[in-house]
Amino acid sequence: MNVFDVIVEMIPDGATVLDLGCDDCSLLERLHDERHVHGRGVEIDDASIQECIRKGISVFHGNLDEGLKDHPTGSYDYVILSRTMQQVRHPHVLLDEMVRVGRNVIVNFPNFASLINRIQLGLGGRMPVNKNIPYSWYDTPNIHFFTRRDFVDLCRERGLTITREVFLHRGRILPPVLPNLFATEVCCLVTKS
Amino acid sequence: MGTRSIGVVQPQQVSLPLTEKGLLLESGATLPAVTVQYETYGRLSPTGDNAILVLHAFSGDAHAAGRHAEEDRYPGWWDDMIGPGKAFDTDRFFVVCSNVLGGCQGTTGPGSINPATGRHYALDFPVVTIGDMVDVQKRLLDILGIDRLYAVAGGSMGGMQALEWAVRYPQMVERAIVLASTSRLNSQGIAFNAVGRNAIMSDPAWNNGEYYGAPQPGHGLAIARMVGHITYLSSESMRQKFGRRLQNGRPGNLAFDDQFEVESYLAYQGEKFVDRFDANSYIYLTKAMDYYDLAGSWGGMEAAMRRVEGSLLVLSYSSDWLFPTEQSKEIVYALARAGKDVSFNEIQSPYGHDSFLLEASLQSELITAFLTGKKR
Repeated sequence: MNVFDVIVEMIPDGATVLDLGCDDCSLLERLHDERHVHGRGVEIDDASIQECIRKGISVFHGNLDEGLKDHPTGSYDYVILSRTMQQVRHPHVLLDEMVRVGRNVIVNFPNFASLINRIQLGLGGRMPVNKNIPYSWYDTPNIHFFTRRDFVDLCRERGLTITREVFLHRGRILPPVLPNLFATEVCCLVTKS
Repeated sequence: MGTRSIGVVQPQQVSLPLTEKGLLLESGATLPAVTVQYETYGRLSPTGDNAILVLHAFSGDAHAAGRHAEEDRYPGWWDDMIGPGKAFDTDRFFVVCSNVLGGCQGTTGPGSINPATGRHYALDFPVVTIGDMVDVQKRLLDILGIDRLYAVAGGSMGGMQALEWAVRYPQMVERAIVLASTSRLNSQGIAFNAVGRNAIMSDPAWNNGEYYGAPQPGHGLAIARMVGHITYLSSESMRQKFGRRLQNGRPGNLAFDDQFEVESYLAYQGEKFVDRFDANSYIYLTKAMDYYDLAGSWGGMEAAMRRVEGSLLVLSYSSDWLFPTEQSKEIVYALARAGKDVSFNEIQSPYGHDSFLLEASLQSELITAFLTGKKR
Protein backbone atom coordinates (compact mmCIF):
# COMPACT_ATOMS: atom_id res chain seq x y z
CA MET A 1 0.00 0.00 0.00
CA ASN A 2 1.32 3.41 -0.86
CA VAL A 3 -0.21 6.79 -1.34
CA PHE A 4 -0.79 6.13 -5.07
CA ASP A 5 -3.11 3.26 -4.10
CA VAL A 6 -5.03 5.71 -1.94
CA ILE A 7 -5.30 8.26 -4.74
CA VAL A 8 -6.33 5.67 -7.35
CA GLU A 9 -9.03 4.51 -4.97
CA MET A 10 -10.30 8.11 -4.50
CA ILE A 11 -10.81 8.79 -8.21
CA PRO A 12 -13.88 7.47 -10.07
CA ASP A 13 -13.79 5.83 -13.47
CA GLY A 14 -13.53 8.14 -16.50
CA ALA A 15 -12.70 11.31 -14.54
CA THR A 16 -10.60 14.15 -15.98
CA VAL A 17 -7.41 14.59 -13.97
CA LEU A 18 -4.63 17.18 -13.81
CA ASP A 19 -1.53 16.00 -11.91
CA LEU A 20 0.71 18.88 -10.83
CA GLY A 21 4.37 17.93 -10.50
CA CYS A 22 3.58 14.59 -12.15
CA ASP A 23 7.20 13.35 -12.19
CA ASP A 24 7.46 10.46 -14.70
CA CYS A 25 3.65 10.03 -14.89
CA SER A 26 3.66 6.78 -12.85
CA LEU A 27 0.48 7.85 -11.05
CA LEU A 28 -1.23 9.07 -14.23
CA GLU A 29 -0.32 5.83 -15.99
CA ARG A 30 -2.01 3.85 -13.21
CA LEU A 31 -5.05 6.14 -13.35
CA HIS A 32 -5.20 5.63 -17.13
CA ASP A 33 -4.95 1.87 -16.84
CA GLU A 34 -7.09 1.32 -13.75
CA ARG A 35 -9.55 4.23 -13.84
CA HIS A 36 -9.61 5.10 -17.57
CA VAL A 37 -9.17 8.75 -16.71
CA HIS A 38 -8.43 11.53 -19.19
CA GLY A 39 -5.25 12.73 -17.54
CA ARG A 40 -2.65 15.41 -18.04
CA GLY A 41 0.53 16.14 -16.14
CA VAL A 42 2.47 19.32 -15.44
CA GLU A 43 6.20 18.87 -14.91
CA ILE A 44 9.35 21.00 -15.01
CA ASP A 45 12.04 18.33 -15.47
CA ASP A 46 13.02 17.42 -19.05
CA ALA A 47 13.82 13.75 -18.39
CA SER A 48 10.49 13.27 -16.59
CA ILE A 49 8.62 14.97 -19.44
CA GLN A 50 10.31 12.63 -21.90
CA GLU A 51 9.24 9.60 -19.85
CA CYS A 52 5.62 10.85 -19.71
CA ILE A 53 5.60 11.23 -23.49
CA ARG A 54 7.00 7.71 -23.84
CA LYS A 55 4.14 6.44 -21.69
CA GLY A 56 1.72 8.20 -24.02
CA ILE A 57 0.50 10.57 -21.32
CA SER A 58 -0.21 14.19 -22.17
CA VAL A 59 2.25 16.40 -20.28
CA PHE A 60 3.01 20.12 -20.22
CA HIS A 61 6.22 21.81 -19.21
CA GLY A 62 5.24 24.20 -16.46
CA ASN A 63 6.41 25.94 -13.31
CA LEU A 64 3.86 25.60 -10.49
CA ASP A 65 5.16 28.82 -8.93
CA GLU A 66 3.68 30.61 -11.96
CA GLY A 67 0.20 29.36 -11.08
CA LEU A 68 -2.38 27.72 -13.32
CA LYS A 69 -3.50 30.81 -15.23
CA ASP A 70 -3.65 28.98 -18.56
CA HIS A 71 -6.07 26.37 -17.22
CA PRO A 72 -9.72 27.45 -17.32
CA THR A 73 -11.94 27.39 -14.24
CA GLY A 74 -13.59 24.04 -13.57
CA SER A 75 -11.78 22.28 -16.38
CA TYR A 76 -10.90 19.09 -14.45
CA ASP A 77 -12.79 16.75 -12.13
CA TYR A 78 -9.65 16.21 -10.03
CA VAL A 79 -6.47 18.21 -9.57
CA ILE A 80 -3.70 16.31 -7.78
CA LEU A 81 -0.69 17.69 -5.93
CA SER A 82 1.31 14.74 -4.68
CA ARG A 83 4.32 15.23 -2.37
CA THR A 84 4.87 18.67 -3.87
CA MET A 85 3.04 21.28 -1.78
CA GLN A 86 6.03 21.65 0.56
CA GLN A 87 8.18 22.54 -2.47
CA VAL A 88 6.21 25.40 -4.06
CA ARG A 89 6.81 29.07 -3.33
CA HIS A 90 3.24 30.00 -2.34
CA PRO A 91 1.29 26.89 -1.27
CA HIS A 92 -1.84 28.86 -0.32
CA VAL A 93 -2.01 30.55 -3.73
CA LEU A 94 -1.54 27.23 -5.51
CA LEU A 95 -4.27 25.65 -3.38
CA ASP A 96 -6.68 28.45 -4.36
CA GLU A 97 -5.74 27.89 -8.01
CA MET A 98 -6.29 24.15 -7.70
CA VAL A 99 -9.83 24.50 -6.36
CA ARG A 100 -10.55 27.01 -9.13
CA VAL A 101 -9.39 24.65 -11.90
CA GLY A 102 -10.67 21.40 -10.36
CA ARG A 103 -13.97 20.43 -8.79
CA ASN A 104 -12.04 18.20 -6.40
CA VAL A 105 -8.50 18.51 -5.17
CA ILE A 106 -6.23 15.78 -3.82
CA VAL A 107 -3.21 16.88 -1.80
CA ASN A 108 -0.79 14.57 -0.08
CA PHE A 109 2.18 15.70 1.96
CA PRO A 110 4.69 14.57 4.59
CA ASN A 111 3.40 15.38 8.08
CA PHE A 112 6.21 17.30 9.73
CA ALA A 113 4.69 16.71 13.19
CA SER A 114 5.02 12.93 13.02
CA LEU A 115 6.57 11.18 16.01
CA ILE A 116 9.94 10.41 14.41
CA ASN A 117 10.36 14.06 13.38
CA ARG A 118 9.40 15.23 16.87
CA ILE A 119 11.99 12.92 18.42
CA GLN A 120 14.74 13.93 16.01
CA LEU A 121 14.06 17.65 16.45
CA GLY A 122 12.76 17.72 20.05
CA LEU A 123 15.17 15.32 21.67
CA GLY A 124 18.01 15.09 19.13
CA GLY A 125 18.00 18.84 18.59
CA ARG A 126 18.65 18.48 14.85
CA MET A 127 16.44 18.94 11.80
CA PRO A 128 14.83 15.59 10.99
CA VAL A 129 16.34 13.40 8.31
CA ASN A 130 14.54 10.10 7.81
CA LYS A 131 12.80 7.96 5.22
CA ASN A 132 9.96 10.43 4.90
CA ILE A 133 12.15 13.57 4.80
CA PRO A 134 15.40 12.26 3.31
CA TYR A 135 17.14 15.61 2.73
CA SER A 136 19.71 17.57 4.68
CA TRP A 137 18.47 21.01 5.72
CA TYR A 138 20.97 22.74 3.44
CA ASP A 139 20.12 20.76 0.32
CA THR A 140 16.40 20.12 0.13
CA PRO A 141 13.62 20.92 -2.35
CA ASN A 142 11.30 21.27 0.67
CA ILE A 143 10.96 24.97 1.43
CA HIS A 144 7.82 24.86 3.61
CA PHE A 145 7.47 22.42 6.48
CA PHE A 146 3.92 22.02 7.73
CA THR A 147 1.86 19.55 9.69
CA ARG A 148 -1.48 17.88 9.26
CA ARG A 149 -2.98 20.42 11.67
CA ASP A 150 -1.46 23.32 9.73
CA PHE A 151 -3.06 21.99 6.55
CA VAL A 152 -6.47 21.62 8.24
CA ASP A 153 -6.17 25.25 9.42
CA LEU A 154 -5.17 26.44 5.93
CA CYS A 155 -8.18 24.73 4.36
CA ARG A 156 -10.49 26.35 6.93
CA GLU A 157 -8.96 29.79 6.24
CA ARG A 158 -9.40 29.36 2.47
CA GLY A 159 -13.02 28.21 2.86
CA LEU A 160 -12.30 24.62 1.84
CA THR A 161 -13.70 21.38 3.16
CA ILE A 162 -11.64 18.26 3.67
CA THR A 163 -14.10 15.55 2.68
CA ARG A 164 -11.71 12.61 3.14
CA GLU A 165 -8.47 12.21 4.97
CA VAL A 166 -6.20 9.16 4.85
CA PHE A 167 -3.25 8.77 7.22
CA LEU A 168 -0.26 6.65 6.30
CA HIS A 169 2.84 5.32 7.93
CA ARG A 170 5.28 2.89 6.34
CA GLY A 171 2.88 1.88 3.59
CA ARG A 172 -0.01 1.19 5.97
CA ILE A 173 -3.22 3.11 6.49
CA LEU A 174 -3.55 4.18 10.11
CA PRO A 175 -6.75 4.48 12.11
CA PRO A 176 -7.59 8.15 12.79
CA VAL A 177 -6.13 8.11 16.31
CA LEU A 178 -3.82 11.07 17.05
CA PRO A 179 -3.02 11.31 13.34
CA ASN A 180 -0.92 14.45 13.75
CA LEU A 181 1.40 12.39 15.92
CA PHE A 182 1.45 9.05 14.15
CA ALA A 183 0.94 9.74 10.44
CA THR A 184 4.11 10.32 8.41
CA GLU A 185 2.10 11.03 5.27
CA VAL A 186 -1.38 12.52 4.85
CA CYS A 187 -3.64 12.38 1.81
CA CYS A 188 -6.64 14.73 1.67
CA LEU A 189 -9.59 15.10 -0.67
CA VAL A 190 -10.57 18.76 -0.64
CA THR A 191 -13.53 20.62 -2.12
CA LYS A 192 -14.90 24.12 -1.93
CA SER A 193 -17.26 24.57 1.03
CA MET B 1 22.12 2.01 -31.50
CA GLY B 2 24.21 3.98 -33.97
CA THR B 3 22.93 6.43 -36.50
CA ARG B 4 23.94 6.62 -40.11
CA SER B 5 23.39 8.95 -43.01
CA ILE B 6 20.69 8.03 -45.46
CA GLY B 7 23.38 8.41 -48.16
CA VAL B 8 22.77 9.64 -51.69
CA VAL B 9 19.16 10.58 -52.43
CA GLN B 10 17.35 11.54 -55.60
CA PRO B 11 14.98 14.50 -55.83
CA GLN B 12 11.80 13.73 -57.74
CA GLN B 13 9.14 15.76 -59.50
CA VAL B 14 5.52 15.10 -60.29
CA SER B 15 2.78 17.09 -62.03
CA LEU B 16 -0.49 17.12 -60.11
CA PRO B 17 -3.40 15.69 -62.07
CA LEU B 18 -5.82 18.62 -62.28
CA THR B 19 -9.15 19.23 -63.98
CA GLU B 20 -9.45 21.86 -66.70
CA LYS B 21 -10.28 24.41 -64.03
CA GLY B 22 -6.87 23.87 -62.46
CA LEU B 23 -6.01 24.08 -58.77
CA LEU B 24 -8.39 26.31 -56.84
CA LEU B 25 -6.59 28.34 -54.20
CA GLU B 26 -7.95 29.84 -50.99
CA SER B 27 -7.88 33.29 -52.58
CA GLY B 28 -10.32 32.07 -55.25
CA ALA B 29 -7.62 32.25 -57.97
CA THR B 30 -6.58 29.11 -59.84
CA LEU B 31 -3.33 27.63 -61.10
CA PRO B 32 -3.62 25.72 -64.38
CA ALA B 33 -0.69 23.39 -63.63
CA VAL B 34 1.31 22.51 -60.54
CA THR B 35 4.59 20.63 -60.34
CA VAL B 36 5.81 19.35 -56.98
CA GLN B 37 9.42 18.59 -56.09
CA TYR B 38 9.83 16.00 -53.36
CA GLU B 39 12.15 13.46 -51.80
CA THR B 40 11.41 10.26 -49.92
CA TYR B 41 13.53 8.29 -47.47
CA GLY B 42 12.91 4.73 -46.26
CA ARG B 43 10.19 2.41 -47.51
CA LEU B 44 6.42 2.64 -47.31
CA SER B 45 5.15 -0.42 -45.45
CA PRO B 46 2.72 -2.75 -47.28
CA THR B 47 -0.12 -1.50 -45.07
CA GLY B 48 0.92 2.13 -45.50
CA ASP B 49 1.06 2.74 -41.76
CA ASN B 50 4.54 4.25 -41.46
CA ALA B 51 4.47 7.46 -43.52
CA ILE B 52 5.78 10.68 -42.01
CA LEU B 53 5.42 13.99 -43.82
CA VAL B 54 8.19 16.46 -42.95
CA LEU B 55 7.43 20.11 -43.67
CA HIS B 56 10.18 22.60 -44.35
CA ALA B 57 10.49 26.12 -43.00
CA PHE B 58 10.52 29.36 -44.98
CA SER B 59 13.85 29.03 -46.78
CA GLY B 60 14.00 25.22 -46.78
CA ASP B 61 13.29 22.79 -49.58
CA ALA B 62 12.45 19.16 -50.34
CA HIS B 63 16.04 18.11 -49.64
CA ALA B 64 15.69 17.23 -45.96
CA ALA B 65 18.25 14.46 -45.60
CA GLY B 66 21.21 12.79 -47.28
CA ARG B 67 23.24 14.19 -50.18
CA HIS B 68 22.42 14.53 -53.86
CA ALA B 69 25.98 13.46 -54.68
CA GLU B 70 28.70 11.87 -52.54
CA GLU B 71 30.85 14.97 -52.87
CA ASP B 72 28.15 17.45 -51.74
CA ARG B 73 29.53 19.58 -48.95
CA TYR B 74 26.30 19.83 -47.00
CA PRO B 75 23.54 17.26 -46.44
CA GLY B 76 19.81 18.08 -46.39
CA TRP B 77 18.49 20.63 -43.89
CA TRP B 78 17.31 18.11 -41.26
CA ASP B 79 19.92 15.41 -41.76
CA ASP B 80 20.54 15.33 -37.97
CA MET B 81 16.97 14.16 -37.47
CA ILE B 82 16.22 11.97 -40.51
CA GLY B 83 18.09 8.74 -41.27
CA PRO B 84 18.70 5.21 -40.04
CA GLY B 85 18.56 5.14 -36.21
CA LYS B 86 17.72 8.86 -35.99
CA ALA B 87 14.54 10.43 -34.52
CA PHE B 88 12.77 10.03 -37.87
CA ASP B 89 14.19 6.54 -38.24
CA THR B 90 14.19 5.60 -41.92
CA ASP B 91 14.66 1.92 -41.00
CA ARG B 92 11.14 2.14 -39.61
CA PHE B 93 9.43 5.12 -41.24
CA PHE B 94 8.81 6.29 -44.79
CA VAL B 95 9.63 9.99 -44.75
CA VAL B 96 8.33 12.40 -47.41
CA CYS B 97 9.38 16.03 -47.80
CA SER B 98 8.23 18.33 -50.61
CA ASN B 99 9.01 21.89 -51.60
CA VAL B 100 6.08 24.21 -50.80
CA LEU B 101 3.77 25.82 -53.33
CA GLY B 102 5.13 29.28 -54.12
CA GLY B 103 8.69 28.11 -53.46
CA CYS B 104 11.64 28.13 -55.81
CA GLN B 105 13.22 24.71 -55.37
CA GLY B 106 11.31 22.72 -57.97
CA THR B 107 7.68 23.23 -56.95
CA THR B 108 5.56 25.72 -58.89
CA GLY B 109 6.09 29.29 -57.74
CA PRO B 110 6.37 32.84 -59.08
CA GLY B 111 9.56 31.88 -60.96
CA SER B 112 7.74 29.12 -62.90
CA ILE B 113 6.48 29.49 -66.45
CA ASN B 114 2.83 30.52 -66.73
CA PRO B 115 1.37 28.15 -69.38
CA ALA B 116 -1.11 30.86 -70.39
CA THR B 117 1.60 33.32 -71.44
CA GLY B 118 4.70 31.20 -71.88
CA ARG B 119 6.52 33.63 -69.58
CA HIS B 120 7.49 33.56 -65.90
CA TYR B 121 4.57 34.27 -63.62
CA ALA B 122 6.38 36.90 -61.54
CA LEU B 123 3.65 38.96 -59.82
CA ASP B 124 0.91 37.31 -61.88
CA PHE B 125 1.39 34.34 -59.59
CA PRO B 126 -1.63 34.20 -57.27
CA VAL B 127 -1.28 34.74 -53.51
CA VAL B 128 -0.77 31.37 -51.85
CA THR B 129 -1.56 30.42 -48.26
CA ILE B 130 -0.33 27.84 -45.76
CA GLY B 131 -3.62 26.03 -46.47
CA ASP B 132 -2.81 25.95 -50.20
CA MET B 133 0.60 24.44 -49.43
CA VAL B 134 -1.09 21.73 -47.35
CA ASP B 135 -3.62 21.10 -50.10
CA VAL B 136 -0.79 20.50 -52.60
CA GLN B 137 0.96 18.15 -50.15
CA LYS B 138 -2.29 16.20 -49.74
CA ARG B 139 -2.47 15.76 -53.52
CA LEU B 140 1.14 14.58 -53.58
CA LEU B 141 0.34 11.95 -50.92
CA ASP B 142 -2.66 10.83 -53.00
CA ILE B 143 -0.27 10.19 -55.88
CA LEU B 144 2.13 8.31 -53.60
CA GLY B 145 -0.74 6.14 -52.33
CA ILE B 146 -0.59 7.43 -48.75
CA ASP B 147 -3.97 7.82 -47.09
CA ARG B 148 -2.89 8.22 -43.47
CA LEU B 149 0.10 9.75 -41.77
CA TYR B 150 1.90 8.23 -38.81
CA ALA B 151 3.08 11.79 -38.22
CA VAL B 152 3.48 15.24 -39.72
CA ALA B 153 6.36 17.35 -38.44
CA GLY B 154 7.77 20.79 -39.06
CA GLY B 155 9.35 23.84 -37.50
CA SER B 156 8.50 27.53 -37.94
CA MET B 157 6.56 27.86 -41.23
CA GLY B 158 6.72 24.04 -41.35
CA GLY B 159 5.06 23.97 -37.93
CA MET B 160 2.23 26.13 -39.29
CA GLN B 161 1.73 23.51 -42.01
CA ALA B 162 1.85 20.65 -39.48
CA LEU B 163 -0.81 22.39 -37.40
CA GLU B 164 -2.93 23.07 -40.48
CA TRP B 165 -2.61 19.40 -41.47
CA ALA B 166 -3.87 18.25 -38.06
CA VAL B 167 -6.90 20.54 -38.33
CA ARG B 168 -7.67 20.26 -42.06
CA TYR B 169 -7.25 16.48 -42.42
CA PRO B 170 -7.88 15.21 -38.87
CA GLN B 171 -8.76 11.68 -39.98
CA MET B 172 -5.40 11.32 -41.73
CA VAL B 173 -3.04 12.70 -39.08
CA GLU B 174 -2.25 10.34 -36.21
CA ARG B 175 0.47 12.56 -34.73
CA ALA B 176 1.64 16.12 -35.36
CA ILE B 177 4.93 17.64 -34.23
CA VAL B 178 4.93 21.44 -34.14
CA LEU B 179 8.31 23.05 -33.41
CA ALA B 180 9.10 26.73 -32.78
CA SER B 181 5.86 27.75 -34.43
CA THR B 182 2.59 29.59 -34.02
CA SER B 183 -1.03 29.56 -35.11
CA ARG B 184 -0.53 33.14 -36.22
CA LEU B 185 2.50 35.36 -36.54
CA ASN B 186 2.68 38.31 -34.14
CA SER B 187 3.11 41.86 -35.37
CA GLN B 188 6.85 41.74 -34.65
CA GLY B 189 7.23 38.79 -37.02
CA ILE B 190 5.10 40.49 -39.66
CA ALA B 191 7.20 43.65 -39.26
CA PHE B 192 10.46 41.81 -39.96
CA ASN B 193 8.92 40.14 -43.02
CA ALA B 194 7.81 43.57 -44.23
CA VAL B 195 11.38 44.89 -43.92
CA GLY B 196 12.61 41.94 -46.00
CA ARG B 197 10.02 42.53 -48.71
CA ASN B 198 10.78 46.25 -48.74
CA ALA B 199 14.49 45.59 -49.18
CA ILE B 200 13.74 43.43 -52.24
CA MET B 201 11.17 45.79 -53.74
CA SER B 202 13.44 48.83 -53.36
CA ASP B 203 16.21 47.14 -55.36
CA PRO B 204 15.97 48.63 -58.90
CA ALA B 205 16.73 45.16 -60.28
CA TRP B 206 13.45 43.91 -58.83
CA ASN B 207 11.57 45.77 -61.59
CA ASN B 208 8.12 44.96 -60.22
CA GLY B 209 9.02 41.30 -60.13
CA GLU B 210 9.91 41.19 -63.86
CA TYR B 211 13.57 40.31 -63.58
CA TYR B 212 13.65 36.77 -64.95
CA GLY B 213 16.28 36.44 -67.67
CA ALA B 214 18.27 39.22 -65.98
CA PRO B 215 20.17 39.21 -62.67
CA GLN B 216 17.74 39.00 -59.76
CA PRO B 217 17.51 41.80 -57.15
CA GLY B 218 20.45 40.36 -55.28
CA HIS B 219 21.19 43.39 -53.10
CA GLY B 220 17.66 43.60 -51.79
CA LEU B 221 17.36 39.84 -51.32
CA ALA B 222 20.70 39.71 -49.47
CA ILE B 223 19.60 42.49 -47.09
CA ALA B 224 16.31 40.67 -46.52
CA ARG B 225 18.27 37.55 -45.62
CA MET B 226 20.59 39.48 -43.30
CA VAL B 227 17.62 40.85 -41.37
CA GLY B 228 16.07 37.39 -41.33
CA HIS B 229 19.24 35.84 -39.97
CA ILE B 230 19.35 38.28 -37.07
CA THR B 231 15.81 37.24 -36.13
CA TYR B 232 16.74 33.55 -36.25
CA LEU B 233 19.59 33.99 -33.76
CA SER B 234 19.53 35.21 -30.17
CA SER B 235 21.50 37.99 -28.55
CA GLU B 236 23.31 35.33 -26.53
CA SER B 237 24.19 33.10 -29.48
CA MET B 238 25.50 36.12 -31.44
CA ARG B 239 27.60 37.17 -28.46
CA GLN B 240 29.06 33.66 -28.19
CA LYS B 241 29.61 33.23 -31.89
CA PHE B 242 31.01 36.66 -32.83
CA GLY B 243 31.42 38.85 -29.77
CA ARG B 244 32.93 42.14 -30.94
CA ARG B 245 35.77 40.52 -32.86
CA LEU B 246 37.02 42.32 -35.93
CA GLN B 247 37.68 40.51 -39.17
CA ASN B 248 41.18 41.87 -39.86
CA GLY B 249 42.31 44.77 -37.76
CA ARG B 250 43.14 45.23 -34.15
CA PRO B 251 40.65 46.85 -31.81
CA GLY B 252 41.17 50.62 -31.83
CA ASN B 253 42.42 50.57 -35.42
CA LEU B 254 39.22 52.38 -36.55
CA ALA B 255 39.79 51.51 -40.20
CA PHE B 256 36.68 52.19 -42.26
CA ASP B 257 37.16 49.14 -44.47
CA ASP B 258 37.39 46.68 -41.61
CA GLN B 259 34.38 44.68 -40.49
CA PHE B 260 33.14 43.05 -37.34
CA GLU B 261 32.92 39.30 -37.71
CA VAL B 262 29.15 39.47 -37.37
CA GLU B 263 29.02 41.81 -40.38
CA SER B 264 30.98 39.52 -42.65
CA TYR B 265 28.94 36.55 -41.44
CA LEU B 266 25.69 38.28 -42.37
CA ALA B 267 27.12 39.43 -45.70
CA TYR B 268 28.18 35.85 -46.47
CA GLN B 269 24.76 34.47 -45.51
CA GLY B 270 23.11 37.10 -47.72
CA GLU B 271 25.27 36.29 -50.74
CA LYS B 272 24.88 32.55 -50.31
CA PHE B 273 21.11 32.96 -50.17
CA VAL B 274 20.95 34.97 -53.41
CA ASP B 275 22.53 32.01 -55.23
CA ARG B 276 19.76 29.63 -54.24
CA PHE B 277 16.58 31.59 -53.55
CA ASP B 278 14.19 33.53 -55.74
CA ALA B 279 13.33 37.07 -54.58
CA ASN B 280 9.67 36.78 -55.62
CA SER B 281 9.32 33.52 -53.67
CA TYR B 282 10.63 35.45 -50.65
CA ILE B 283 7.76 37.89 -51.07
CA TYR B 284 5.06 35.24 -51.62
CA LEU B 285 6.16 32.92 -48.81
CA THR B 286 6.52 35.68 -46.22
CA LYS B 287 3.02 36.87 -47.19
CA ALA B 288 1.70 33.32 -46.70
CA MET B 289 3.20 33.29 -43.20
CA ASP B 290 1.86 36.77 -42.40
CA TYR B 291 -1.68 35.85 -43.48
CA TYR B 292 -1.76 32.52 -41.68
CA ASP B 293 -4.41 32.62 -38.95
CA LEU B 294 -5.69 29.24 -37.82
CA ALA B 295 -8.41 30.70 -35.59
CA GLY B 296 -9.53 33.09 -38.32
CA SER B 297 -9.87 30.29 -40.89
CA TRP B 298 -11.72 27.79 -38.73
CA GLY B 299 -14.11 29.96 -36.70
CA GLY B 300 -12.01 30.37 -33.58
CA MET B 301 -9.08 28.65 -31.97
CA GLU B 302 -11.08 26.10 -30.02
CA ALA B 303 -13.38 25.33 -32.94
CA ALA B 304 -10.25 24.60 -34.97
CA MET B 305 -8.76 22.43 -32.26
CA ARG B 306 -11.96 20.46 -31.73
CA ARG B 307 -11.45 19.05 -35.24
CA VAL B 308 -8.10 17.47 -34.28
CA GLU B 309 -8.11 13.67 -33.87
CA GLY B 310 -4.41 12.83 -33.53
CA SER B 311 -1.99 13.59 -30.73
CA LEU B 312 0.28 16.61 -30.81
CA LEU B 313 3.77 17.35 -29.57
CA VAL B 314 4.53 21.08 -29.34
CA LEU B 315 8.05 22.28 -28.58
CA SER B 316 9.30 25.82 -28.10
CA TYR B 317 12.80 27.14 -27.38
CA SER B 318 13.64 29.45 -24.51
CA SER B 319 15.71 31.96 -26.53
CA ASP B 320 13.36 32.09 -29.57
CA TRP B 321 12.02 35.64 -29.62
CA LEU B 322 10.61 35.42 -33.17
CA PHE B 323 8.24 32.53 -32.35
CA PRO B 324 8.16 32.90 -28.56
CA THR B 325 7.04 30.20 -26.13
CA GLU B 326 3.83 32.12 -25.39
CA GLN B 327 2.65 31.43 -28.94
CA SER B 328 3.27 27.71 -28.58
CA LYS B 329 1.33 27.78 -25.31
CA GLU B 330 -1.63 29.35 -27.12
CA ILE B 331 -1.75 26.27 -29.35
CA VAL B 332 -1.23 23.88 -26.46
CA TYR B 333 -3.87 25.29 -24.11
CA ALA B 334 -6.42 25.66 -26.90
CA LEU B 335 -5.92 21.95 -27.64
CA ALA B 336 -6.20 21.18 -23.92
CA ARG B 337 -9.45 23.14 -23.63
CA ALA B 338 -10.77 21.13 -26.57
CA GLY B 339 -9.85 17.97 -24.63
CA LYS B 340 -7.13 16.85 -27.05
CA ASP B 341 -4.03 14.77 -26.49
CA VAL B 342 -1.16 17.27 -26.50
CA SER B 343 2.25 17.43 -24.86
CA PHE B 344 4.42 20.50 -24.59
CA ASN B 345 7.95 21.30 -23.56
CA GLU B 346 10.02 24.46 -23.66
CA ILE B 347 13.60 23.45 -24.46
CA GLN B 348 16.36 25.52 -22.86
CA SER B 349 18.51 26.53 -25.80
CA PRO B 350 20.72 29.53 -26.57
CA TYR B 351 20.31 29.37 -30.36
CA GLY B 352 17.15 31.44 -30.82
CA HIS B 353 14.59 30.54 -33.47
CA ASP B 354 17.14 28.38 -35.32
CA SER B 355 17.23 26.03 -32.31
CA PHE B 356 14.88 23.54 -33.93
CA LEU B 357 17.47 23.03 -36.67
CA LEU B 358 20.45 22.93 -34.30
CA GLU B 359 19.32 21.57 -30.92
CA ALA B 360 19.49 17.91 -31.80
CA SER B 361 19.77 16.07 -28.47
CA LEU B 362 16.74 16.78 -26.25
CA GLN B 363 14.52 17.64 -29.22
CA SER B 364 15.50 14.36 -30.83
CA GLU B 365 14.84 12.39 -27.64
CA LEU B 366 11.41 13.96 -27.13
CA ILE B 367 10.44 13.30 -30.75
CA THR B 368 11.67 9.70 -30.48
CA ALA B 369 9.61 9.23 -27.29
CA PHE B 370 6.57 10.70 -29.04
CA LEU B 371 6.95 8.57 -32.18
CA THR B 372 7.82 5.28 -30.49
CA GLY B 373 5.96 5.66 -27.18
CA LYS B 374 2.62 4.19 -26.25
CA LYS B 375 -0.39 5.44 -28.20
CA ARG B 376 -3.48 5.68 -26.02
